[in-house]
Amino acid sequence: MNKVFPGVDEAVADIPDGSSIAIGGFFTCGTPVPLIQALARQGAKNLTLICQQMGPGSEDINQLVLNKQIRKAICNYPFYRSATQGSKSPFEKAVRAGEIEVEVYPMGTFIEKLRAGGSGIAAFYTPTGTGTIVEKGKEKRVFNGREYLMETALKCDYAFVYAYQGDSMGNLTCRKTARNYNPEMAKAAKVTIAAVENLLKPGELNPDMVHIPGIYVQRVVKVARPQYVPSL
Amino acid sequence: MVRKFEGLPRELIALRVARELEDGTYVNLGIGIPTLVSNWIEGRDIILQAEIGMLNTGPLAEGDNIDQDLINAGCQPVTELPGACYFSDFESISMIRGGFIDVAVLGSLQVSEKGDMAGWFNPERGFTGGVGNIGGSMDLAVGAKKVIIAMTHLTDKGDPKIVKECTYPLTAKGVVKLIMTDLAVIEVTPQGLLLKEVAPGVSAEDVQSVTYAKLIISPNLIEIGL
Repeated sequence: MNKVFPGVDEAVADIPDGSSIAIGGFFTCGTPVPLIQALARQGAKNLTLICQQMGPGSEDINQLVLNKQIRKAICNYPFYRSATQGSKSPFEKAVRAGEIEVEVYPMGTFIEKLRAGGSGIAAFYTPTGTGTIVEKGKEKRVFNGREYLMETALKCDYAFVYAYQGDSMGNLTCRKTARNYNPEMAKAAKVTIAAVENLLKPGELNPDMVHIPGIYVQRVVKVARPQYVPSL
Repeated sequence: MVRKFEGLPRELIALRVARELEDGTYVNLGIGIPTLVSNWIEGRDIILQAEIGMLNTGPLAEGDNIDQDLINAGCQPVTELPGACYFSDFESISMIRGGFIDVAVLGSLQVSEKGDMAGWFNPERGFTGGVGNIGGSMDLAVGAKKVIIAMTHLTDKGDPKIVKECTYPLTAKGVVKLIMTDLAVIEVTPQGLLLKEVAPGVSAEDVQSVTYAKLIISPNLIEIGL
């Protein structure tokens, strides 16, 4: 099974308007930047993005905002921490202007929603967010004397993930803290597109060291290692 | 409120927190003053967990040691110590919410006398509809076995952060066990806030004068030991 696409533009070419897309990465780390850049060139509109943040530490997403491609963002840490930096962020301007809707979840709920979505689980109960505004409108139940909130699974049309190594069958190995959200996002999507730094032949990847099994990955594209200095 | 006395610098709040941590524990440090605690635990048998997906995070990386694939939850380049391991964010939050983290040291905007904390949503950022940066704070607050708050006693504008009831949106209810500031060490007890230690040159009355919640002064009140 050969899932390799010739380039990032070909890999994102068919993404229609109105799609939901999960994008891996924790700030700068493990973010599939070349796929985000290709999506900006491709121009699909009315998109829902599912990703940790909208700008801080990984600013390529700003181009999607400036192109007015985004309708909604589902995040756990969407904004800059500093008000000064935030005031310059195109995403924050669009949110204040009511042009982009934002949904925020605690980090553990955010990733568990995707994991559930990719694992055939419809909903789950978590103690996180009880007694806070996160519980608004959600079912609460007591198990063993403790309160839990019901949260529902999240699936999406596409996922953009990043891997240090991958083979043509879609098996992926991440490096250090660049793994972060990528494995669960790969599961939650109908079509997962992997940006891979080192593209290998089947058999060259240590099968015991695969972090994302190829069954979750539909497209593989080799990219040059993005260069950045981690900072917020 | 005008404060008439000097407290400890941020580095020394972090040192006092480090003294509170026991060897043989797994600890998660939040952004801000909590991050500085890592400067004071070198050589200790304490394993730092980073919610991005790492155990045994080392000191900050500099120069040629910076690896763009190795950062902490504050987006700072870090190093790995022998025995480190990496995992997904899902696995990381499982450790946190599953009760495997012994201590979470977090910052906060407000802490109440009942141990409620409000740290994720700053109304001055001007967002409506309950959107803000939650990140891993709520999972850490409900999941860690012990939550220590490390913060300045007052906001930059001079408002007390230790209050009867939080007015900012909560991170979690009734989770804070210990509050460490530039002025005091305060334990959250079922009876209320117990003032146990004060900064050098600061009296219990001074601390009460910049604290909205009523403090119970410990009969064994001491100066913060560093």
